[in-house]
Amino acid sequence: MNYRQLVITAIILLLFAVIGTALVVYTFDNTRDRIAANERATLLRKLHQLIPPDAHDNILLDDAITVSDKSLLGTSGEVTVFRARKAGQPVALVITAVAPDGYSGTIKLLVGIRADGTLNGVRVVAHRETPGLGDAIDETRSDWIHQFDNKSLDKPALDRWKVRKDGGDFDQLTGATITPRAIVKAVRQALLYYRDNKDTLFVSNETNQQDNKP
Amino acid sequence: MNEPTYSHILKEGLWLNNPGTVQLLGLCPLLAVTTTVINGLGLGLATTLTLVASNVTISLIRKLVRPEIRIPVFVLIIASIVTIIELAMNAWLHDLYLILGIFIPLIVTNCAIIGRAESFASRHTVDRALLDGLAMGIGFTLVLVALGGMRELIGQGTLLAQAQLMFGQFGNHLEIIFIQDYRGFLLAILPPGAFFGLGFLIAGINIVNARRERKAALKSTPAAQPAQA
Repeated sequence: MNYRQLVITAIILLLFAVIGTALVVYTFDNTRDRIAANERATLLRKLHQLIPPDAHDNILLDDAITVSDKSLLGTSGEVTVFRARKAGQPVALVITAVAPDGYSGTIKLLVGIRADGTLNGVRVVAHRETPGLGDAIDETRSDWIHQFDNKSLDKPALDRWKVRKDGGDFDQLTGATITPRAIVKAVRQALLYYRDNKDTLFVSNETNQQDNKP
Repeated sequence: MNEPTYSHILKEGLWLNNPGTVQLLGLCPLLAVTTTVINGLGLGLATTLTLVASNVTISLIRKLVRPEIRIPVFVLIIASIVTIIELAMNAWLHDLYLILGIFIPLIVTNCAIIGRAESFASRHTVDRALLDGLAMGIGFTLVLVALGGMRELIGQGTLLAQAQLMFGQFGNHLEIIFIQDYRGFLLAILPPGAFFGLGFLIAGINIVNARRERKAALKSTPAAQPAQA
């Protein structure tokens, strides 16, 4: 192949790269808003499982702050807290806590806590637990996750926040102990975080970093 | 080169040279996604769309592209098409995208697509390339759905669970629960179940083929020879 052919061939290849990229960019531009709206709708639908739509009158997705606390929220990264208010009064919040010690990696949770410190409920958003065993933590697979509804740090007492096998009050799953253990612990830690920070969590209107309490 | 007839192209894609059970191409998504019928159907349709679009495009440009650079050009075209399909699915079939999302980019690496581009679309006219993409895609979808059905039935005791992800409200009534409070047969859902399922599927197809060949031999008409896997 001589020099001239080489250039022509390269130009043809370049042409295809440019056309391909142009088409992808065009599609991206035209789907971007829709995809963002879809993602917001999906998130809002999940949040509304934990905070009923009529319990608040603010825009949940916009009334959010990010905090971080490695020991209580399970991740060194930022954790988003969505806050629900009615007529300006705090109603509840949802913490996107993480259970770091699942059977196959981290389990992402939504922990809904009412202003009085009781649980509105817990949902698993993302996990990689064993299908058929550990994945019963998913609300679509079993009711297991509903046992957290209305629980709080006093109900059961703090030292009973374990699975039954470890002497606590929470059911484990047949064939899977590590997964429920990780979630029970993560929910307990999230409640502790709320107890320690509830004065500040509802206050700030801007995204801000909470100081780690010792 | 002789142009194959339309009916021959259809037969090749759906049965004789099915990408899933005969060519054994695209096993990665085939085995990973087929835990339910709906998952299989979703990925099958996305793959079919990609195959048709890439076959048509490649057939159209087949005279423009020098043989030396055809592979990079094919890869570029297929990657662009898959990205566009992924974005479109995220925008218009968001719930299904949440389930299949991580597998859609894998279509890029589905050898069935570049295989058809190289061995068929780049050598034949647009109409035949389109039909070939459609036949191969539907053949692949059928395998995905069959395997998804087997695994869902054995693993969960249901069929068409979560059909609403694909068919909207109407899909809510499609789910068939065969066994109430079925504890599930874990192996069927786990990856080994996919291998077993595919093995049984191919064995079944081979039995049917062998029977047809015997019948054809009795009539002493020339039997269609299935391509080697």
